Amino acid sequence: MGATVTRARTTRGEPAAPGGAPEMVQLLTPDGKRIDSARDPYGTEYTVDFTDQEYHKLYHDMVVIRRLDAEAEALQRQGELGIWASLRGQEAAQVGSGHALRPQDMAFPTYREHGVLYCRGIDPIMPLGLFRGVDQGGWDPSKFKFHMYTIVIGAQTLHATGYAMGVAKDGKVGGDDGEAVIAYFGDGATSQGDVNEAFVWSSVYHAPIVFFCQNNQYAISEPIERQTRVPLHQRANGFGFPGIRVDGNDVLASYAVTKAALDQARRGQGPTMIEAYTYRMGAHTTSDDPTRYRLAGEVEQWQAKDPILRLRTFLAEQQIAGDDFFQQTDAEAKAASQELRERVLALPDPQPVQLFDHVYPTGSAELDQQRAQFSAYLESFEGGAH
Amino acid sequence: MAAENLTLGKALNSGLRKAMEDDPKVIMMGEDIGKLGGVFRITDGLQKDFGEDRVIDTPLAESGIVGTAVGLAIRGYRPVCEIQFDGFVYPAFDQIVSQLAKMHYRSQGQVRLPVVIRIPFGGGIGAVEHHSESPETYFVHTAGLKVVTCASPVDAYWMIQQAIASDDPIVFLEPKRRYWEKGEVDTAAPAAQVFPLHASRVARPGTDCTVLAYGPMVKVALDAATAAEEDGRALEVIDLRTLSPLDLTPVYESVRRTGRCVVVHEAPATLGMGAEVAARVTEECFYSLESPVLRVAGFDTPYPASRLEEEYLPDLDRVLDAVDRSFGW
Ligand SMILES: Cc1ncc(C[n+]2csc(CCOP(=O)(O)OP(=O)(O)O)c2C)c(N)n1
Ligand SMILES: [Mg+2]
Repeated sequence: MGATVTRARTTRGEPAAPGGAPEMVQLLTPDGKRIDSARDPYGTEYTVDFTDQEYHKLYHDMVVIRRLDAEAEALQRQGELGIWASLRGQEAAQVGSGHALRPQDMAFPTYREHGVLYCRGIDPIMPLGLFRGVDQGGWDPSKFKFHMYTIVIGAQTLHATGYAMGVAKDGKVGGDDGEAVIAYFGDGATSQGDVNEAFVWSSVYHAPIVFFCQNNQYAISEPIERQTRVPLHQRANGFGFPGIRVDGNDVLASYAVTKAALDQARRGQGPTMIEAYTYRMGAHTTSDDPTRYRLAGEVEQWQAKDPILRLRTFLAEQQIAGDDFFQQTDAEAKAASQELRERVLALPDPQPVQLFDHVYPTGSAELDQQRAQFSAYLESFEGGAH
Repeated sequence: MAAENLTLGKALNSGLRKAMEDDPKVIMMGEDIGKLGGVFRITDGLQKDFGEDRVIDTPLAESGIVGTAVGLAIRGYRPVCEIQFDGFVYPAFDQIVSQLAKMHYRSQGQVRLPVVIRIPFGGGIGAVEHHSESPETYFVHTAGLKVVTCASPVDAYWMIQQAIASDDPIVFLEPKRRYWEKGEVDTAAPAAQVFPLHASRVARPGTDCTVLAYGPMVKVALDAATAAEEDGRALEVIDLRTLSPLDLTPVYESVRRTGRCVVVHEAPATLGMGAEVAARVTEECFYSLESPVLRVAGFDTPYPASRLEEEYLPDLDRVLDAVDRSFGW
């Protein structure tokens, strides 16, 4: 997308105005008012300069992924998916950062990055196999520049760091066409050893990476206070790279801050941590019951900061979009969700012997034997032997 | 006699509660074990009644959970750690295998670490990857750790208390897919009547073939025994209960009578509990065996996507098939 980001700072290091700077970078207020530009504590100035079409695209993608998300949740309720991890409330963080990626950039998601996936132009059916239980991801990360979902908390941040080290070794950093890597993770993940090791490695090796932490205030039932006493973005300084808090419910700021950080990385300026301050509006997953640990009032407060509503208000007030556009978008979202539903229902179940596939790239004679024995065993049932 | 009909999960909950009442040094640590009561609700209500000091929602880091439990134990506490799912114990591997397990040995017996690590284990609940694993062999293979698993509510209630009271570091494996199964628990049974922790037990007597199982597979073995009865075969089912140390005396006694032995577990066959048991049974009962000890186990693959787990998991048919093979040898 062709927006401009002004990055005023010349050196990286200590925040220029740690005390006085606004708490987080915001370009669109909860009530839909545009802020011309915003500064982070390091002195970098952010703004965006989108065309109407670009604004439409951001809005469209947020609406579509919310609708797809709701459909997936419904499919789980109807027994068609084993589980679903909803992104509701986090659309701006994901669509903003997702669109900031360039085609050559590589993303390492958790299990909740359906929105980023969508913005990468990837077919939204792709992760549904994992949630339906027909596969465990099963896509080629390098083809999509989007790694498989990682469920073990924090592990992917090290993979992203290693990948970024490889990018640097390949000489693919330095110019505007350089490659950058983005690692997604949650607030809870910041407690894991792996994540802290990823910070150390990327700092020491000056890896072209952006650590994009969606602080949705909860790790399942545990509020952020169980993980940290300082705002998460402040952790980055101790590791030797900047940490910036962005309003994660503001798609414009999420875009601008991520784009700037990715560009820093691709130009050889090393890592940045972004803390996207947001809220998990739904349950942790469909297995969770948030009424056990949080109050409805809190959810209502965040409802007022809804990422989609504020962009809609802005677009309408500025006459960047009218009712036609909004209706059209809703219709497209509905159609997309119906299509997703049909395709989920049509996902083929795996065949029993597929259990044995792909354990090793070079195969295993032992496993071949187990497969043959199991096939023979299954065949023994034909004709109702047992 | 205060017999209650409890689910296995509720029996664990009651056992944990009793352990906390009995000893103020007992503390619980884990992810989401407070207000939420754990993702399986095994610690439900404990934080409310014993406070945040004793039922601790930890930061999201398994190495931290076990590592700090080691320190708390050095300081005189009796930590009970909850690992949310089997597949998430691996970040704590160093702390369990190199630290917790070896401290007593290294200190020449001067440091005792009465830490219990509770792990819901095994498959069969239709979960995504990393939520259905059977990691027992790693821990059984590690000297200094004891490993036990319960298969019934009554065992759940007593074994968790015995594990907490023990001075050994214990990995306590909970058969997650059996959490909702009910059984009678006499919570007022006199201590002398309670079955010891490190002992296996005949779960169903029989004369024709010995079937060994533990944790979630005990029910499968018992169901197979019921089915085999119709074929005129009386299977003797033994619940191993303790995986480290093993208690095979009742097994040897059984196999000497039946002449046949089948071992059932979800974990992959290679280097699993079945391999160890087969070696020992062969050595002890060689002249009584009518056929080799057979294993019914998970395949040597990663635990598959949930739509394949029925194929992966040993079931009644596979147990009966092994029994058939034993008889047809
Ligand atoms: C190593 C590990 N431990 C525990 C879990 C279980 N678990 C799944 S999600 C989750 C909370 C993650 O919180 P956060 O990092 O904030 O991400 P969010 O789910 O809020 O997006 C936990 C504890 C896991 N998947 N991996
Ligand atoms: Mg979170």
